[in-house]
Amino acid sequence: MDDLESIKDDALALIESADSLAQLDDVRVKFLGKKGLISRQMKMLGKISPEERPGAGSKINKVRDCVSDALEIKKSALEIEAEMQDLMHDAVDVTMPGRPQRIGGLHPVTRTLSRLNRLFASMGYTVATGPEIEDDWHNFEALNIPSHHPARAMHDTFYFDDGRVLRTHTSPVQIRTMVSEDPPIRIVAPGRVYRCDSDLTHTPMFHQIEGLVVDRDISFADLKGTIITFLNRFFEADLDVRFRPSYFPFTEPSAEVDVQCVMCEGSGCRVCSHTGWLEVMGCGMVHPKVFEHTGVDACSYTGFAFGMGIERLAMLRYGIGDLRLFFENDLQFLNQFHG
Amino acid sequence: MKVSISWLKSLCPTELSVDEIVSRLTMAGLEVDGVQSAAKPFRKVVVGEVISVTQHTDADKLKVCEVSDGLATHQVVCGAANARPGLKAPFAPVGAVLGDDLKIQRATIRGIESGGMLCGADELGLSDERVGLMELPDFVQTGADLAETLALPDDLIEVDLTPNRGDCLSVTGLARELGVLSQTPVQFVRCEPVDSGSSQTHDVKLSAPESCPRYIGRVIENIDVAKPTPLWITERLRRSGIRPIDAVVDITNYVMIELGQPMHAFDREELVGAIDVRMARDGEELVLLDGKKLTLTEDVLVIADQEAPLALAGIMGGERSGISEKTKTVFLESAYFNPITVAGKARRFGLHTDASARFERGVDWRLAERACQRATSLILEICGGISGPVVVTDDEHALPKTQVVYLSHSRIEQQLKISLPSATVQQMLGALGFEIETVDAGFRCIAPSWRFDVSIEQDLIEEIARIYGYNNLPISLPAQALDMASISEAETPLMRLKHYLVDQDIQEVITYSFIDPEMQAILGDGTCGVRLANPIASNLAEMRRSLIPGLIEAVRHNVNRQAPRVRIFETGQCFVPQIDELDQSERVGVAIYGQSTPLHFSIDRLVDFFDLKGIVNGLGMINGCGELTWSPSEHKSFAPGQTASVSLNGEVLGIVGRLHPKLARRLDLPKPLFVADLKLGPLLQGQVTAFKAISRYPRVLRDLAVVVDDAVQWQQIEDAVATLTDDRIRSVELFDVYRGPGVPDGRHSLALSIGLQDPQGTLDDEAIQELIDQVVSVLRENADAELRG
Repeated sequence: MDDLESIKDDALALIESADSLAQLDDVRVKFLGKKGLISRQMKMLGKISPEERPGAGSKINKVRDCVSDALEIKKSALEIEAEMQDLMHDAVDVTMPGRPQRIGGLHPVTRTLSRLNRLFASMGYTVATGPEIEDDWHNFEALNIPSHHPARAMHDTFYFDDGRVLRTHTSPVQIRTMVSEDPPIRIVAPGRVYRCDSDLTHTPMFHQIEGLVVDRDISFADLKGTIITFLNRFFEADLDVRFRPSYFPFTEPSAEVDVQCVMCEGSGCRVCSHTGWLEVMGCGMVHPKVFEHTGVDACSYTGFAFGMGIERLAMLRYGIGDLRLFFENDLQFLNQFHG
Repeated sequence: MKVSISWLKSLCPTELSVDEIVSRLTMAGLEVDGVQSAAKPFRKVVVGEVISVTQHTDADKLKVCEVSDGLATHQVVCGAANARPGLKAPFAPVGAVLGDDLKIQRATIRGIESGGMLCGADELGLSDERVGLMELPDFVQTGADLAETLALPDDLIEVDLTPNRGDCLSVTGLARELGVLSQTPVQFVRCEPVDSGSSQTHDVKLSAPESCPRYIGRVIENIDVAKPTPLWITERLRRSGIRPIDAVVDITNYVMIELGQPMHAFDREELVGAIDVRMARDGEELVLLDGKKLTLTEDVLVIADQEAPLALAGIMGGERSGISEKTKTVFLESAYFNPITVAGKARRFGLHTDASARFERGVDWRLAERACQRATSLILEICGGISGPVVVTDDEHALPKTQVVYLSHSRIEQQLKISLPSATVQQMLGALGFEIETVDAGFRCIAPSWRFDVSIEQDLIEEIARIYGYNNLPISLPAQALDMASISEAETPLMRLKHYLVDQDIQEVITYSFIDPEMQAILGDGTCGVRLANPIASNLAEMRRSLIPGLIEAVRHNVNRQAPRVRIFETGQCFVPQIDELDQSERVGVAIYGQSTPLHFSIDRLVDFFDLKGIVNGLGMINGCGELTWSPSEHKSFAPGQTASVSLNGEVLGIVGRLHPKLARRLDLPKPLFVADLKLGPLLQGQVTAFKAISRYPRVLRDLAVVVDDAVQWQQIEDAVATLTDDRIRSVELFDVYRGPGVPDGRHSLALSIGLQDPQGTLDDEAIQELIDQVVSVLRENADAELRG
């Protein structure tokens, strides 16, 4: 049985010196495999006397357990080491650039429109839309702009041969809404509009948002309050707002709205032509003729409407100096507006 | 409307400063666009008279003038071509100051002493044009102070009037407003009747009384048109932007600016028979004062004699009957033309005149006679002559009707949330020219004949608001019952879809809705788009049917600016003519070009079809919209084999594919460009989730490889598996495609991962094998697929 002790010492020594999982497995096979040295000892038990057998068996078991334990311990040590080596192999320069994960962006007009929609939605307005190729009735007649009206000259209109037009403002959407819905009405109508005009400060296509409120007892005071609140929320500043009498065929009284210049806070700069004021929108009380055209009972209801240019608001909000940038679609411009 | 403050103040003698006048007019709706001084400041400049002119001995272009300042003569060297003996011109003697700091000093010019300076209008800031010395009329006193002579200093204001306020296109109209705004009594111009010294008249016939219901004419004989127009008239006209022409024309222009009545003077000797105010005949021709020849149509009103049209009514006079230096007898016209008749005609002929601007907006129909008296008295005063009687030809029925409007206290309170004493309302409206009397609960108001914009109660509400001051009116917010909005869960907000695309690293663009018809033809389906009648440019002439042409242009713009990769999208209306109507529904378009990702050491490839297909499929996943189906498609402008038609629930949404390389090269796009253009509506229609029970038993994945003909499309494999009704077969996914050794030519191998799950229990090996066999056999039957060993 000296043999057994030396087998054990040999095994432990080999385990100790193994430096890879493969070597270690060779050691396992050599000692604990079916034909391994320790297994062979077990098989030899049959040859000894039945009296000695339990004692010898238990000694062999002890050696086997001892070697087996040592193998396990060594195995986990080697595994940890191997994993460590794998990891070292996979090590990266963490300061190198990450795999590019970019996001695009919304066009500044969309960003502005979406913000306007949300602001008005918080006041109970819903969004209405309409076609961009309009008929004369919705774009002009119903808005109290008959064909001979001098106000038509203010709209440089794109025409089609069949007499239809590219809508010159988003106001036809208020006509469509009043025709199809009963008051109370609270809508905003954003969208593309077209004027046959192109220079430094005009593009033949631009965007407007139109607002319309029709209800019992709507007053000019309500209009003023709504506009003032809106402008302050939009610019996130406490700005002076003034109303100037103006003229739109579809509102009476009508007003032009100036807001204190957001660039110079009213002290006068290039953007506000040194007046301290920026003209930002038109508005007024819905003209009874418009109610008449759309079948709203002007005895029971009054209303107000307002309209403004989105690009103008976006230019003021983001400090954009050139209108034409909006439709050149240069990524260097667009990328500045986050998604 | 440009007008001098001094003229305005001569009618409305307010003490207000110019800034205050500007502010009050602007805040009352008469927007003042600009203010400028009528002249640069100058001191000690007088009216000089050139006594003699001799040539400078040492300079061809210089003259030596003896100039009198009324007290003494001065030797002045001068370069102006119009320097001549007898000329009266502004003279700045030594010691005078021009502008802020140019002090005139004694100087020696090319050896000759010069004691002072003769001035041009530009040097005094009176004009932007340099046309030699400013020629003053002979009758001004030599030596008189120039500033006093020219009524300086003065400021000019430019009023940008809205179309409803034609009544303010005159000094009188503005003075009336300013009078109300500054509470100053206005001294209106008195137009005393001028007695007629002769009985000469000229017959007038109104053949189109609806268009011209009143025409006033007067003959003035023996006038001297050579008489100079007085300085006070030419200066005021100049400050209103009107050039002096001759005394008669200057006077009619003056009356127009002063009172608002455009007038016309005909040379009576040129008139053949009676005046006929009639509609033109189709094809009739008229040569205008400016030499332009017009061909007329029958909706154009003309002033004609018995021979031919003489003038375009209310717009411009004709050449034949205009005033010339030979004119001895004038026939003066002061008429009322219906705004509807004049409207649009000036625009049509490209003739925006001071007269048309006024008649289009409406000229006070009671003003014509007074204006005629005013002009007559000025002509007689300046040009001499004898006037005939005023002859009024009119048609009472066709004249505008007096507008009577009722205004109630309750309306003022409801609309403006203010309560005004009756006296205040009466005072406000009265000062604007309304005749007003109190009636039950309000007022009965008769609008003045110059206010074409007042016909309903709201118009009066605006007048009151304007005079009260918009900014003095109260402020509130509309009251609203607390209703709750209905929000459809199945409907996908457009912004959700936009955010999805943005998160795929795609930038939103906005392109014009009108595009190049040529590109539309190249990229379209052979049918026409809707053409604009008046496009702004030939390459912006047709309404887009698809978003692709606009996106391609935007890609090109950026590729031309060295962008290595371009990923853009747009949503918006497109315009597709249908048989009986026009479909203008929203579409969504995407274009990707260049590198698949921004530059990185780990990835380097160009975008391909499957990049865009993945992005587009994602659109169908938003809010459970539905799975998109793809089928091969062909289009002459797209690359064959990389183009698909995309459908959702059987409805074709649009096309996704690679732009044909031949077209791409023509457009200077060297790399593959992939574009998509899809109907937006169906993609925004999602669905509310209907929960299905989940299985608690394990899910099994089995891989298998099948070999199929190259002609077999993946869709056939998916469709074949879908025919299996066993609900334990949950999914089929493609994870590898192989061609090469081991697979016969013309065939390829597809590696599939089959997902199996039983809601009722754990699948045993036998059941799994049975399911896999089902898949294999259905693929064999439908796609001639053989299991790869």
